[in-house]
Amino acid sequence: MIYLFDYATLKVIWWAVVGLLLVGFAILDGWDLGIGVLLPFVGRTDGERRVMLNSVGPTWEGNQVWFITAGGATFAAWPLVYATGFSGFYVALIIVLFALILRPVGFDYRSKIADPRWRNAWDWGLFINGLVPSLVFGVAFGNLLLGVPFHFDADQRVFYTGSFFELLNPFALLAGAVSLAMLVMHGGVYLQLRTEGAVQARAIVAARLGGIVLLATFVAAGLWIAKGIDGYQIVSMPPADSAFMPVAKTVERLPSGWLHNYSKHPWTAIAPLAAVGATVLALILSAMSRALPAFILSCIAVASVVLTAGFALFPFIMPSSSTPGHSLTVWDSVSSHKTLQVMFWSVPIFVPIIIVYTSWVYRVMRGTMTEERVRDGGPSMY
Amino acid sequence: MDADVVALSRLQFAVTALYHFLFVPLTLGLSWILVIMESVYVMTGRQVYKDMTKFWGKLFGINFAMGVATGITMEFQFGTNWAYFSHYVGDIFGTPLALEGLMAFFLEATFVGLFFFGWDRIGKVQHLLVTFLVALGSNLSALWILIANAWMQNPVGAEFNPDTMRMELTSFTDLIFNPIAGPKFVHTLAAGYVAASMFVLGISSYYLLKLRDMSFAVRSFAVAAGFGVASVLSVLVLGDESGYTTGDVQKVKLAAIEAEWETEHPPASFTAFGFPDQDEQKTRYAIKIPWLMGIIATRSVDTPVIGIKELKKHHEERIRNGMKAYAALQKIKSGDRSPAAIHDFDLLKGDLGYGLLLKKYTPAVVDATPEQIRAAVDDTIPRVAPIFWSFRIMVALGMWFLFVFGAAFVIVARRRLANNQWILRLALYSIPLPWVAMELGWIVAEYGRQPWTISEVLPTHLSVSSVTTGQLLFSLGGFVVFYTALLIVDLYLMFKYARIGPSSLATGRYHDEVQPA
Repeated sequence: MIYLFDYATLKVIWWAVVGLLLVGFAILDGWDLGIGVLLPFVGRTDGERRVMLNSVGPTWEGNQVWFITAGGATFAAWPLVYATGFSGFYVALIIVLFALILRPVGFDYRSKIADPRWRNAWDWGLFINGLVPSLVFGVAFGNLLLGVPFHFDADQRVFYTGSFFELLNPFALLAGAVSLAMLVMHGGVYLQLRTEGAVQARAIVAARLGGIVLLATFVAAGLWIAKGIDGYQIVSMPPADSAFMPVAKTVERLPSGWLHNYSKHPWTAIAPLAAVGATVLALILSAMSRALPAFILSCIAVASVVLTAGFALFPFIMPSSSTPGHSLTVWDSVSSHKTLQVMFWSVPIFVPIIIVYTSWVYRVMRGTMTEERVRDGGPSMY
Repeated sequence: MDADVVALSRLQFAVTALYHFLFVPLTLGLSWILVIMESVYVMTGRQVYKDMTKFWGKLFGINFAMGVATGITMEFQFGTNWAYFSHYVGDIFGTPLALEGLMAFFLEATFVGLFFFGWDRIGKVQHLLVTFLVALGSNLSALWILIANAWMQNPVGAEFNPDTMRMELTSFTDLIFNPIAGPKFVHTLAAGYVAASMFVLGISSYYLLKLRDMSFAVRSFAVAAGFGVASVLSVLVLGDESGYTTGDVQKVKLAAIEAEWETEHPPASFTAFGFPDQDEQKTRYAIKIPWLMGIIATRSVDTPVIGIKELKKHHEERIRNGMKAYAALQKIKSGDRSPAAIHDFDLLKGDLGYGLLLKKYTPAVVDATPEQIRAAVDDTIPRVAPIFWSFRIMVALGMWFLFVFGAAFVIVARRRLANNQWILRLALYSIPLPWVAMELGWIVAEYGRQPWTISEVLPTHLSVSSVTTGQLLFSLGGFVVFYTALLIVDLYLMFKYARIGPSSLATGRYHDEVQPA
C-alpha cells in the first residue's frame, strides 16, 4: 500500500473533494432545479414548457449524479457525517427524497400522454422537484452554521435531539431563501442562453428577480453571521495526523466565530466577494442580452456562495449545538487513512473523464431549443 | 434498540429495495438487447433494426426513470435509517458506493440522454457506442453494488479498530475480489438478462398472436430467444455457486435453504420437498434425493454438509468468546492500552460480533445469563420456512425459463413460429415470472443473512438509526403511498406503449398507421 499523502493532508483533500462534488452539483443540477421552479411561471403554454424541459432534456440525468455521487463520497470519506446528517435531518431528507423521485418520472412521463390534466399535474410535480431541494439544501446549510443538537454515546452511536420544526428557524429559512433565489437566477440565466422569444423574455425577468433577492438575502445572512450567530472553534484535539473520535476534542462557541477563517486567511474572502460581484455582473450582462458571459458568471456566483459557507465552517462539517465537543470536523469524522488514500485515486482518474464526456454531450446537444425543434424531434421529445 | 424501530426499518428497507429491484433488471438486460439490435442495424443498415432499437428503447426509458428514481432512495437510506451501520462499516462499505457513482452511474446517466435525443446529431457508429456505454455503465453499477452486498455476506479485508470503534479497511483487493462477489455478480446480472429477454419475447409474442408488425416482432422474438437461452444458462450453471462453501453465515443460509437440521453425512442428500418446523427443528414429510446435496454444496461426495443444530453449537461457543472479546474491548476503551490488553482483544475480536448479539438482551453483554445466551443462539438461525420455499420456487422458475427460452429458440431458428402458437402464449404469460424469481432470490440472500446486517460482525438490531417510530411511520407510509401511485403510472404507460407497439414511433410503417403516400 503506497501512501501518497499523510493522513492530515488527505483529510483536507477529502474536504475539497466533497466540496468539489457539491459545487458541481450546485452548478450543474442547479439550473435543472431552477428551471423546475420556473416551469409553471415562465412557461405559460404546453409548448413553452416543453421548450424549457427539452432545454435540459438530454443532460439533467447526468447532472443529478453529482448529488448521488456527493452522497456516496460522503458515505465513503465521512461515514459519521453521512450517518449523523441523514438520520438527524430524517424528515427533511425523506421529503427531499420524495421531491427528487419526482424528477426522473416527471421528465420521462409528462409528455407521453397529451391530456392537459396529466401534463399539468406533472408540471407541478416538477415544480415541487425544483422547489423543495432548493429550499431544503439552503435550510440545511443554515442549520449547519447554527449547529444542530446531537451527541454520541460510548459506542459511538449518534443521538439527534432536535425536531424537524426546529430546523425551520428564521436564520435557516433565510439561508433557504439564499439558495432558492440563487437557483432561480441560475435557471433563468440558463434559459436565457438556451431559448428564445417569450420564454427567454420571462426567464430574463425571473433571473433578475432571483439575482436581486439573492444579493439581499446573501448580504443579510452575512451580517447575521457576523453579528448575531456564534461560530465554533476547536480548543484542543489529538494530532490531526492521528485517528480519533469526535468526542476526543474540546470545542468552544464564540461570537463572530465563523469569521475566524476569513480574518486568518484573508484570501478566502474571495468567495463572498465573488458571490456578490459575480451576481451583480451576471445581472448586468443578462440585462444587456449577453447570455453566455452572464451564464458563466452565474456559475461562478453559485460556486462562490457554496464556498462561502464551506470556508466559514472549515474545519467543521456539522457542529453540535448541544455538546460542542462532539461536533463533526474534517479531522475526526473521516474514514481511515487507507480508505482515504485508496479512494483518492478515483478522483484524478474519473473526474476528468466525467468532465470530458459531459462536455461532449453538451456540445452535441447544443443550440437554441425552440417549439419547432421540439415538434421536429417527434415522439421521443420530453 | 427499540424493537419497533428495528422492525419498521427492516420493513422499509425490504419494501424499497425489492421495489427498486423491479426496475433494475430491465435496465441491466434491455440495454444489452438494445446494443445487439443497434449493432445489427449498424452492420446491415436495415431500418427495421433501428426501429426495434428505438421502440424497445422507449420501453427501456419508461422503466429506466423508475430505476433511477427508486435508486436515489437506496443511496440515502443507509444514512437515514441505518446510521449505526453507516458509522460502523462506512469505511469499507461506502467505498464501492462512491466508486459506483464516479465510475458507473455518471457514465450511464450522462449517455442515456444522448441515446434518446442524439439519433440525428451523431453518426450511426457513435450512437451505437453511446448505447454500449449506457449498457456498460448500468452493468458496472451493478458490479459495485454487488461488491458492497457481497461484503455484507462475507466481510473480508477489514478489521475492528478500537480507536475509532468501527470496522476499517485492511485490503481493498480483498474487498473487490471477495469470493462471494463474482458468482453473485454473474448470477444477478444474468437474472436481469433473463427478465429483459422474457419481456421482449413476451411482448413480441403479443404482436405475433395479433398477426401485426410481423417482421418487426419476429426479429425481436429471435433476438430475445437467443439472448434468453444464453442468459438462463448463465443463471443456472454459473450462477448460484454464490460461495456456498465460504463463511459460516453462508453455511447457515445453506442449511436454511435445505431445512437441514442435522448434519448430513457424506454424500449428503437433498430435501426436495417438505414442511420445515422451526420449533421442533425438523422437516415434516421430507422427500429426499440421495447424494444431490453433497454434490451441489461441496462439489464432492465425501464432505459433510453441516446442519442447523450443529451450527448452533458453534455459534454458542462464538457468543461466549464474543463476551470475552467485548470485555477486552471495554478494558481498552477505559484507557488500558497495554500490549497485553490489546493482545487479549486481538485474539478474540473475530467473535466480537457474536458478543454484540447479546446486546438485544443485556446492554452490558458480559453479564448475560445462560437463558439470554440461548436466546441469542436461537437468533443466529433465521426463519427457515420462507428461505426454504423462496429458494425452491426460484429454482423451479429458473427451470421453467430454460424450457421457454429453449423451445422459443429452437422454434424460431427452424422458422416454425406459425405452427407453434403455444410458445407465443407461454412467453406472453411468463413475462411477470422472472420478477417473481428475482425477488425471491433477494429474499433468500438477505433474509437468509439474518440476524446480521454484516455477517458475524454487526447484528441487525444494532444497525439502525436513533429515530422514532413516528418518523418511521411517516416515511414508510409515504413510501407505500407514493410508490404505489408510481407503480400504477409506470404499468399504465408500459401497457399503453407495449400495446401501441412500434406505431408509437410515428414512422408510418407500422400497424394501424396511415401509410405515407
